[in-house]
Amino acid sequence: MAYSDKVIDHYENPRNVGTLDKNDENVGTGLVGAPACGDVMRLQIKVEEGKIVDAKFKTFGCGSAIASSSLATEWLKGKSVEEAEKIQNTAIVEELNLPPVKIHCSVLAEDAIKSAIADYRAKQEAKKAAKAAE
Amino acid sequence: MKLPIYLDYHATTPVDPRVVEAMLPYFTEKFGNAASRSHAFGWTAEEAVERSREEIARLIGANDERTAQPDAKSIVFTSGATESDNLAIKGVAEFYKEKGNHIITTKIEHKAVLDTCKRLEKEGFQVTYLDVDKYGMVSPDDVAKAITDKTILVSVMLANNEVGTVQPIAEIGKITRGKGVLFHSDAVQGIGKVPFDVNAMHVDLASITAHKMYGPKGVGALYVRRSKPRVRLTAQMDGGGHERGLRSGTLNVPGIVGFAKAAEIMRTEGKAEAERLLSQREYLKKKLMSRLEEVHLNGHPEQRLPGNLNLSFAFVEGEAMLMAIKDVAVSSGSACTSASLEPSYVLRSMGIGEEAAHSSIRFGLGRWTTQEELDYVADLVVDKVNKLREMSPLWEMHREGIDLTQVQWAAH
Repeated sequence: MAYSDKVIDHYENPRNVGTLDKNDENVGTGLVGAPACGDVMRLQIKVEEGKIVDAKFKTFGCGSAIASSSLATEWLKGKSVEEAEKIQNTAIVEELNLPPVKIHCSVLAEDAIKSAIADYRAKQEAKKAAKAAE
Repeated sequence: MKLPIYLDYHATTPVDPRVVEAMLPYFTEKFGNAASRSHAFGWTAEEAVERSREEIARLIGANDERTAQPDAKSIVFTSGATESDNLAIKGVAEFYKEKGNHIITTKIEHKAVLDTCKRLEKEGFQVTYLDVDKYGMVSPDDVAKAITDKTILVSVMLANNEVGTVQPIAEIGKITRGKGVLFHSDAVQGIGKVPFDVNAMHVDLASITAHKMYGPKGVGALYVRRSKPRVRLTAQMDGGGHERGLRSGTLNVPGIVGFAKAAEIMRTEGKAEAERLLSQREYLKKKLMSRLEEVHLNGHPEQRLPGNLNLSFAFVEGEAMLMAIKDVAVSSGSACTSASLEPSYVLRSMGIGEEAAHSSIRFGLGRWTTQEELDYVADLVVDKVNKLREMSPLWEMHREGIDLTQVQWAAH
């Protein structure tokens, strides 16, 4: 099983590895997977006026998992939250040439995106509720 | 120093040039079928096979107890240890099925043993798969307790291929001999590297293969005790009655000659080689564990194969490591490296946790491993582990003091 060039590229030249402040009200944090499964992805988005201006990831997982989450952060930047929700794992599979046995890595990346968006939305709801309560 | 570096000697070994040299004449000049009884081509091949048989017997201490000479007839040549395991377990089960239908083995055996046992279960045999402790060691007491009056075979490997733990074969042999139960050992990984003597350890059947001891692939042997007790088997390969009716099929003469040469080298040079491997292994282990934190040894620290180093690098996944150190050939117990996406069943049976299995790397040192290679590998591994930890959310959480066992993971 030779590693695909694109997957290696994402590992050797990682894009957007890092951490955003999870307490920032404009940051959504998605943490999916489990150490017992061998796959954990943390994906964070920073949203300003409905647009994702920054995205960061950290992943515990194989090369394909790292590449999938790295690619996801690349695609998220510049998109609106609604556009980001439409990103599908199949697009990741195609872009990275993932073999069948690695498709689940792309699924986890899609989950991570949705999880980050859900967290961001939950924070916005909480903010609104707090304001209404004042 | 050439790249890529091979540190996967448990998977297979290069053939020693002396072995290749010994084999060559048997391809082109002395190419006879060892079963051709009526001409010199056959006689020459047969002589070579008989000398080889004796050499293999010598390697495992299979001496006739009266004459103290190697009992060549106790060696049956096969296509490899997988076939030897099949022949031993199925052969005994079928022959002795009127006597009993219970077999005892361990959870960490090679698949050649486990899958054979699974097949026998489908045919109505009962199999007990003994647990191992956190070092991967089976307890002789557990073996004794599991034996019933229906037990016809105990099968325990000499040394585990993944974590290197050497099993208490002599203690188990004493128990099985005392209770009149046959004892088989898959000795593939340990032969020549750790002590193994079928008489001293009361082993009745033993599987060995050439390609784990610097011999060619495609040839192995099964030791079958001929006296006290005399082990009987139902052959699994029919057709011609070769190998005293136990394994039909034209003998792989060049392979057998190579196997014997490899065995001779192992017998004469193995001890010194094992000492060298041990010191090299400890050197690599020390280098890695002193420069990185949260690195854990899998398997028994002392009772293990000299060249085996199985480590879990916490918070970094095994396959990502293999990709990162792509100029070094090693293997991992991570699910991502297996075709079935299952993490190593050996590490799981040891109860060390699935995460440890996912972050494990097995280094297997061998005959041509050099100090230079180990220095290069140590530096590379340290560098890549650090780099991957920078990318790992688990490492960040660990540094923040979060107890990862308390986190509610959103697994899918």
